[in-house]
Amino acid sequence: MLPEPTFNSYLMLSAVLFSIGTAGVFLRRNLITILLSVEVMLNAVNLTFVAADRYYGSVDGQIVVFFVMTVAAAEAAVGLAIIISLFRHRESLSPDAFTSLKW
Amino acid sequence: MDALYFWILATITVVASVLVVGQRNPMHSVVLLIVSFCALSGLYVLLGAQFVAAIQIIIYAGAIMVLFLFVVMLLNVPTEDPPTGYHARLFGGAGPRRVGAVLSLLFVVQLAWALRQIQGAPLPSRAVQPSSDVETIGLKLFTDYAFAFEATSVLILVAMVGAIVLAKKEKA
Repeated sequence: MLPEPTFNSYLMLSAVLFSIGTAGVFLRRNLITILLSVEVMLNAVNLTFVAADRYYGSVDGQIVVFFVMTVAAAEAAVGLAIIISLFRHRESLSPDAFTSLKW
Repeated sequence: MDALYFWILATITVVASVLVVGQRNPMHSVVLLIVSFCALSGLYVLLGAQFVAAIQIIIYAGAIMVLFLFVVMLLNVPTEDPPTGYHARLFGGAGPRRVGAVLSLLFVVQLAWALRQIQGAPLPSRAVQPSSDVETIGLKLFTDYAFAFEATSVLILVAMVGAIVLAKKEKA
């Protein structure tokens, strides 16, 4: 029989997800994939908030998750706009193509 | 029964997230991330947070990921281009990648060590929980968190204006 999930197993799962996101940001050479990895990290944090909510019996964490999602939406909109304008300049999505401070 | 659901959903989430990071084609990454988000929303239901689960599907999988899909299709860059030239040696080569891998591994070890300090505490049963339905959340959101809520609306306005200004075609 599978072990019953505890608070710790939720924390572990969210730590694993966060690590996957971090590895993606460190290792990938594509701006869109890097933004997606950031989304994975944000979701890992959301899972922590909801699990802690259940553990402590409150709803404040869920409200924070609500705000995190709003910020993620704003981040995605601005980040993708920046990616589009960068792509117009260099025809590339590799972060290595954008190392100069001015063009 | 909850345990079975937890392990199935956790496995789907982790595998889909690993594949998101591992894909060369950003299109596949976005679709796999939607799979991961759906499994996560199942976990939220298991935790008794139905409102967050619904929002996860509607906003994350429905709105944000569609935005990503639009950009991936608009830019039409199917695969990651291999690093070439001077910048490849400096930033994209094997050395920097190895540093990135070591940093991520270090991070995993650190997190695992930190979480070992907490003993596995069982979650309180759902019966003794205070209700976390939409009414409770809405009441708190518009009383205790009213300022944050209003600040968020300003943030979204700024993000909207910023996105339009940044993505606008410059006049030749």
